[in-house]
Amino acid sequence: MSVVTTTREAGSGLAPSALIVRSWKAPIAFAIFSVLGAVLFIALARGGDTTYRLSNDTDAIVLPSIVLPADATGIATVVLMAIIAVYAFVLVRGGSKVPLWLTTLFALLFLVGFLTWAAAGSTVPLVGLLAGALTVSTPLIFGSLGGVISERVGVVNIAIEGQLLAGAFVAALVATFTGSAIVGLLAAMLAGALVSAVLAVFAIKYLVDQVIVGVVLNVLVVGLTSFLYSTVMTGDPDLFNKPERFERIAIPLLSDIPVLGPILFNQTIIVYIMFALVPTVWFALFKTRWGLRLRSVGEHPKAADTVGINVRGTRFWNVLLAGLIVGGGGAFFTLAAIGSFTKEMTNGAGFIALAAVIFGQWNPIRATLAALLFGFATNLQSTLSIVGSPVPSEFMLMLPYLVTIFAVAGLVGFSRPPAASGKPYIKS
Amino acid sequence: MSDDTKNPTPADSTATAKAVHEQVVAHETGRDASEPPVPRSNQIVKEIFGGSAAISVLAVVLALVFGGILIVLTDETVAQTSAYFFSRPTDMLVAMWDAVAGAYSALFRGSVFNYLRADDLAVAIRPLTETLANATPLIAAGLGVALAFRVGLFNIGGRGQMLIAAAAAGYVGAYIPMPPVIHLIVALVIGLIGGALWGGLVGLLKARTGAHEVIVTIMLNYIAFYLVSFLLRTPGALQAPGQNNPKSGPILDSAQFPPLLGDQYNLNLGFILVIVATIYVWYLLNRSALGFRFRAVGENPNAARVAGIKVERVYVQVMLIAGALVGLAGVYQVLGNFTGGFASGLDASIGFDAITVALLGRSKPWGVFFAGILFGALKAGSYTMQASEGIPVDIVLVVQSFIVLFIAAPPLVRSIFRLPTPDPLFQWRTPKLARKAEVNQ
Repeated sequence: MSVVTTTREAGSGLAPSALIVRSWKAPIAFAIFSVLGAVLFIALARGGDTTYRLSNDTDAIVLPSIVLPADATGIATVVLMAIIAVYAFVLVRGGSKVPLWLTTLFALLFLVGFLTWAAAGSTVPLVGLLAGALTVSTPLIFGSLGGVISERVGVVNIAIEGQLLAGAFVAALVATFTGSAIVGLLAAMLAGALVSAVLAVFAIKYLVDQVIVGVVLNVLVVGLTSFLYSTVMTGDPDLFNKPERFERIAIPLLSDIPVLGPILFNQTIIVYIMFALVPTVWFALFKTRWGLRLRSVGEHPKAADTVGINVRGTRFWNVLLAGLIVGGGGAFFTLAAIGSFTKEMTNGAGFIALAAVIFGQWNPIRATLAALLFGFATNLQSTLSIVGSPVPSEFMLMLPYLVTIFAVAGLVGFSRPPAASGKPYIKS
Repeated sequence: MSDDTKNPTPADSTATAKAVHEQVVAHETGRDASEPPVPRSNQIVKEIFGGSAAISVLAVVLALVFGGILIVLTDETVAQTSAYFFSRPTDMLVAMWDAVAGAYSALFRGSVFNYLRADDLAVAIRPLTETLANATPLIAAGLGVALAFRVGLFNIGGRGQMLIAAAAAGYVGAYIPMPPVIHLIVALVIGLIGGALWGGLVGLLKARTGAHEVIVTIMLNYIAFYLVSFLLRTPGALQAPGQNNPKSGPILDSAQFPPLLGDQYNLNLGFILVIVATIYVWYLLNRSALGFRFRAVGENPNAARVAGIKVERVYVQVMLIAGALVGLAGVYQVLGNFTGGFASGLDASIGFDAITVALLGRSKPWGVFFAGILFGALKAGSYTMQASEGIPVDIVLVVQSFIVLFIAAPPLVRSIFRLPTPDPLFQWRTPKLARKAEVNQ
């Protein structure tokens, strides 16, 4: 190892060491977080025990709660994090990469340390925390899947927020009219597709800049839904804004699994659709002919055109498809989570979904994980504010946006959008 | 070479080879491929702002027509009379006319001249001053967005820049007592610096890391919102002492914008500042060396770079100035509008309205000025519309976004009004040379 160190300075011009690209981002980030952990968990230790409740008394299998002494846990996690940071330094110095499992382990350690510190002296309902996170994440995941498809085909979708809001509004309206949540969901999907259609027509046919159309569509949908909400819905809420909601469906056996069961397998049908949709979109994007064509149109439309792919058509239909998905996610607000429409109820979820698309590197699985992370951060904030956290809730809410800025600035991970994303294709 | 692409060839390996060959040939023979293309965003800005004023007017008219349709569709009398449309159609038509005429005359009464009170001129012209007061922050923020547009940057971060500027100016204005005139100036300058720094951060990230400004500004909006929300509920920061609401203390008298026409009108010094800002932006863009560099980068950053302009530095410079201009809107909100103390909703979506203002004004300083006054009028009138006709103020958002959609797509407006394409310069397609360059990318 010392050999590498000595040659590093002198041999920087030589071919072998020039080939090794050392990325110091991970070890530096680890060191910063270790110091942060040391300051928070040890210097600002709060004492007391933290109780993690793993199951409710009504569950089929009741697990005992886990009690962690806050101070000792804090010291233990900081020590482990420091060891990982040093190990990462050694790894990078030796010219190898920091493996993903190490980063994951580090993140988990920090999370445990943070939770134990923040909730010291009180009880964390783990199932409720995670289930709430999934509820917050669901529309984000739908939004980010739509965003991934749309951007992969080469159309920047800033209008996710508008599609979600349109879906939520139409779902509430139609489900109230028809008395059927399923019809509401389908109508929401159509509403999302309608917003997408406007985006597609303006961006692909009229070659208007996609960012401008997206921004304007968001304003338009906010204006339209707020206007109709104030004029129509508030006039007679029973007639217009009392949608039939989806019932939770507990899957037999699976829902009895401790911790995971109530979180994953006692959900509304929209969540089950999401479970199926994420791998489907991934498979379709990367393993099918449709996906290959879609990606080629987004990366190099000219080459795609040369081999006979209809670039504009592919873009148009796939942007519509993205709208269908996002609109369906919007229905989750009114048909599952809340149960009625209110003004601007999506409250920036579309922009967090956009952040998830970028942080997830335009990959459906990673975008889903990013959306889960952001949903978890948001829900953690509300849980911690109940147990009385020392961290101001605003900073927790800021997290997704901060992380995204770091991501696009290239400080965290690697951010490269599809090459032709945002560029209209003009056949010459 | 452009003919080849028109014939879709079978999807086999020879086609791919052909595409590669084409590129190689283009690379060797044409100058298109060796010359870096003009970035798309710069092209778009040029196209949008190259359109004629007639398109702007028609877009406004069209948007108002759509607004009228929406009003008719949701009007209760219309709905009731439609039930017996076939026996007495006039009833419904009259109701439709009443709804639209009522709405738009209320809009006029609320924004220009209150003819119902024509006997008292001081009251009758109050709506006009309201329009100008509402237009003030819109113009300021619109100038900030427009200036960034001219360099080819989309400044969607109006909300964040306003909030930070407002927080900075509000802190000085509410909690640091100073002698009268100096206090106002210091609060104003601190606020502008706050906005400039928040905007400059975007430019810096763009210049240093290439981060796309649209994503960065959207994210910074939320960060600013949560940051200011936090400050507003933290005693000792912005929260009024001895209060529980997330709201600042009242702005001290010495830091408030003085009214221009007496206390009965809301019009204040802010409007003068906005006129000065408009003149400044006009001077900057059209008469200064810095503005020349801005426009050069806006036209084509690659050409500008070849000409020796430090493009990265221009990005930072323009975002600093744009942030300060948008910041002026935030400063106006706290020192001129919410002088009793402000909350985190102080931006009142002006940051987003500013985008529509800049688009309608075609990013020219005086265009933005008059577009801001138009949207100020819509805003002022919408309150009267809500009060007298029961039409929610949200209709303004709808009308505004329709205006921008129509402006952004001139061919659509032309096809609706069956106008001929007036001039090749105003073509909605990319100019031919640039198109070639792009295809060869």
